[in-house]
Amino acid sequence: MFNTLPLDSLPRVLTALALVALAAIISRWQTLDLEKQILTASVRAFIQLIAIGYALNFIFDADNPAAILLILAVMTGIAGYTAGKRGRGAPHAGRVALAAISFGAALTLGLLVSLGIFNFTAQQIIPIAGMVIGNSMNVCSLVMGRVRDEVNGRSPQIEAALALGATGRQAAHPYLRTALHSGMTPIVDSAKTVGLIQLPGAMTGMILAGASPLEAVQLQIIVMYMLIGAAAFTGLATIWLTFRQFFTANHQLGIEG
Amino acid sequence: MIDMKMPRFQIRNLSLARNGRAILHNVNLSIAPGEIVCLLGPSGSGKSSLLRCLNRLTEPPPQTIFLDGDDIISLDVLTLRRRVGMVFQSPALFPGSVADNIAYSPRLAGQALTSAHIADLLALADLPPVYAARPAAELSGGEAQRVSLARALANRPQSLLLDEPTGALDPASRRHIWETIAKLRRELGLTVLWVTHYMEEVREVADRVYLLLDGRIADEGPPDHLLRPDSKHITAVFAAGELE
Repeated sequence: MFNTLPLDSLPRVLTALALVALAAIISRWQTLDLEKQILTASVRAFIQLIAIGYALNFIFDADNPAAILLILAVMTGIAGYTAGKRGRGAPHAGRVALAAISFGAALTLGLLVSLGIFNFTAQQIIPIAGMVIGNSMNVCSLVMGRVRDEVNGRSPQIEAALALGATGRQAAHPYLRTALHSGMTPIVDSAKTVGLIQLPGAMTGMILAGASPLEAVQLQIIVMYMLIGAAAFTGLATIWLTFRQFFTANHQLGIEG
Repeated sequence: MIDMKMPRFQIRNLSLARNGRAILHNVNLSIAPGEIVCLLGPSGSGKSSLLRCLNRLTEPPPQTIFLDGDDIISLDVLTLRRRVGMVFQSPALFPGSVADNIAYSPRLAGQALTSAHIADLLALADLPPVYAARPAAELSGGEAQRVSLARALANRPQSLLLDEPTGALDPASRRHIWETIAKLRRELGLTVLWVTHYMEEVREVADRVYLLLDGRIADEGPPDHLLRPDSKHITAVFAAGELE
């Protein structure tokens, strides 16, 4: 059964448009030439979010595990494609990104459900998966790009190590550590300052929806821990899968042929 | 016991292509144990590619390169690289101290080097023991190249591949490396294949010379024969700078 758009909050949404109108006026006044883009973006955001609202409503009502898994697969596919494009230059970037994000997200969501932190219902899993997969996508593209840059920039040292009898993994190890560090740093830093500078999205949403701040922080703590876990799992999988693409089975740098 | 009749390296009909472009054509070459052989040729003639095949940093086709009679493709690649050391034009030292660099490959094999071992290896590369504690990043070009030599010697290789190791050094440091390699050959019986473009280096160190042109062996012989003033050999033409 479709729910319809709750019309009682529509006036608030339309009133918020006043901010967009002001932004467009400022753009015209300062000749920024952005007013067309501002208006297009606002209309697109309205249509996209209303559409996703209806879609989520439908899925939440159906609450079918197969439909949930299908949605997760589509989200992971889009994340893999996006991270693969950002990591271009690393061999087989698309496949590596898809595998690493799938691994990181599946392990994180699997643990969250099996430990009883969240239920496998559409209402709980889909928003949580959105955060986990989005975060994994960012970590994956950061780590993949860094591994690519490190291996290319350190190729003399890596070849020197190979010539001394090191395996590909041993030769690349010091630089892989740097890459994992760079992928994990943003989420670790954000965990350090969470709540001090801005209230994170999940918490803000709950408070606006009427939950008590203490309920909201509990969920936010779970979200932070979950994102740290997802970053570590995805980062490790990305490193493991990416660096191997740079070496042959005979520990030679560069895939020949 | 080394069989002096068995070449240390034997290359038979080695051809190599990359991305559809031929790099080496039907190369035949042999190096006796304890011999120092210099490989000459213009840039892009395939010298470094040939050298990299000998320790399989680049994979050669099977049955083309033999080490003490064994096809190197049949050998464990990591063991091969410990038997055949390599020094590059850039020393490419690892972060850390000189001792960290020298102890790198023994550590991979699960062995810890004592400071006496490190001092011995430094001595082989003509560096005093005090260098062990120095940060690798603070060495001069000549010192760094000596450390990369000591690092390669830590595996106790039978052979060394030298890819223009003096290319970035000043004349005094260059001469110092020649003396060190000659000493290592005398003391350790090392077999050396040395890529260079310095004729003075060739005259000083080489027992024999191969000239590579467009991936083919164009000339071969002892340097005093190929490079004597009245020589009609193409190596003499190359040495005079008329082939570059």
